[in-house]
Amino acid sequence: MSDIALRQVIARNARRRRLLWLLVAGAAVLFAASVLLGRYPAPGLIAPSQLGEDELAARLVLNLRLPRLLAALLLGMALSAAGMVFQLLFSNPLVEPGFLGVSQGAAFGAAFAIIYFGGGALLTQTSAAAFALAGLGFSYLLARRLRFGGWVLRLVLAGIAVSALFSAGVGLLKYIADPLTQLPEITFWLLGSLASITWPKLLSVLPGVAVGLFVMLLFRWRLNVLSLKEETAFSLGAAPQRERMLLILAAVVPTAALISISGMVGWIGLIVPHIARRLFDADTRFGLPATMLLGGIFAMLCDDAARTLLAGEIPLGILTSLLGALIFLGLMMAQQFRPRP
Amino acid sequence: MTHDADVLLTFRDVTFGYHHNKPPVLAQVNFSLRAGRVLAVVGPNGAGKTTLLALALGWLRPWQGDILLAGRPIHSYGRDERGRWLALVPQSEHTPFDYSALEYVLMGRAPHLPPLGSPGPTDYALALDALALVGISTLADRPIPQLSGGERQLMLLARAVAQQPRLMLLDEPTAHLDLHNKFRLIQIMRRLRAQGVTLVMTNHEPDVVLAVADDVLLMEPGRPPEFGMLAEVFTEDALSRIYRLPIRLVNIDGRRQVVWT
Repeated sequence: MSDIALRQVIARNARRRRLLWLLVAGAAVLFAASVLLGRYPAPGLIAPSQLGEDELAARLVLNLRLPRLLAALLLGMALSAAGMVFQLLFSNPLVEPGFLGVSQGAAFGAAFAIIYFGGGALLTQTSAAAFALAGLGFSYLLARRLRFGGWVLRLVLAGIAVSALFSAGVGLLKYIADPLTQLPEITFWLLGSLASITWPKLLSVLPGVAVGLFVMLLFRWRLNVLSLKEETAFSLGAAPQRERMLLILAAVVPTAALISISGMVGWIGLIVPHIARRLFDADTRFGLPATMLLGGIFAMLCDDAARTLLAGEIPLGILTSLLGALIFLGLMMAQQFRPRP
Repeated sequence: MTHDADVLLTFRDVTFGYHHNKPPVLAQVNFSLRAGRVLAVVGPNGAGKTTLLALALGWLRPWQGDILLAGRPIHSYGRDERGRWLALVPQSEHTPFDYSALEYVLMGRAPHLPPLGSPGPTDYALALDALALVGISTLADRPIPQLSGGERQLMLLARAVAQQPRLMLLDEPTAHLDLHNKFRLIQIMRRLRAQGVTLVMTNHEPDVVLAVADDVLLMEPGRPPEFGMLAEVFTEDALSRIYRLPIRLVNIDGRRQVVWT
């Protein structure tokens, strides 16, 4: 009896592992296809042979599409993984990676740089990243000073308060911004886009993103234990507060770094973990790698649509919100469906 | 004080409170629990029973006094080492995620895994065995939200069993159980004791205490707790005093039962 059950469990894990590799293959194929997809020389795919002949096409692919696609892939992976980590650590399936003051902090930083530093790309990015981390820092310090509720609740409350402060600041900055030059720039930043990604921009955030993703991946099973009540996690040999703080950092650093070059891109971190849980169950051992891959695929698809659907660019943030919200509604309305791959 | 090799858990003059400007919750707790026995921590609501478990777990640190596990201070144990010695069965736990019972029980293997490792076939086998021991094998793949309160409590017990501890701390293990499951829990606790596991449980139900406990720690607000063998401590006088009710212990068909009037 127990033997049969064990064999079934092992077979199920093997199936999940195969499904993960299938997602890896899917992401790779999508990546390759997306490199060739675009509106030059004509809307559609460039033939690979053309890259050797047409110097403009080769430069386009190498200097524009490749860094942009990598950014989309990393953005999707980091936001969705950070979303899953946050949802587990805060025992709340409705939190997203920016909620600890990170998203609003980045928005404030970008708007601030656009108005007071003339909005150079590098300055805007640095300021956004700095304020995103400052948002996390404020939330953390505030949570330590709150005398109310448990640690998780205090962090959530502090995050809400800090986000609200920064969002008020963004409102103020928009109000005083020059409506002809600065306001449009702030608005476009807030809509999110990968159109201006270059190799230097991507490389500047790559180390933080890679380390964060790697640490989250290392904790893929441990995350289950850390999602339990603090005392229970402690009884299972964990140091809950320390390990959770490390994971929060590993989730926030890539998020802040990528938001600083992409602008606000919402919903990925909220919706993709839900899809991954539907496919792989709650156990994050497979769920976390799956959410990274699905997030990468989702972001690449959205960015493909953003740059090819119309002759002009559609802001990526609009597409992720639109698709994300639709998928979210679909998931919520679907009847209890629990496939066990 | 000499140390008896047989003693697993020792509280020596332990005093603890949550706020330093208020009187302590526990004062002058003294006992030595020998290995392989079942200790029932009995007392009215608010007497500090759950606090005592958290102290034994090492989660809370006493203001004064020492807590020794197998002769060593509990705080000198490494984290994983402590997890292999001690398991906690909380009264209830909530997760908003659809973990299956098996995935949940598997977390009991955490202190046995290498740092950041994932469970392997042996761990899955032990988790399935633990589910079988508490009698809910058929629920292995059931998502937790679909389990009843009693089934969840048995699942929490299974997680502690999968942890293979030498000392198991149970907080009100019968709180959500119906009569049948209560009987089953008593059987499981006896079986664990027969396997050499030492148990410390808090309990409000005198019939459960009478059925499994070897030793009793009687907690009364405002007095140092009294520790001793079941027959010495769990008396009509003591029970009447702590529950402020006239209580009698009677023999029915050779078993002692509690009745109150």
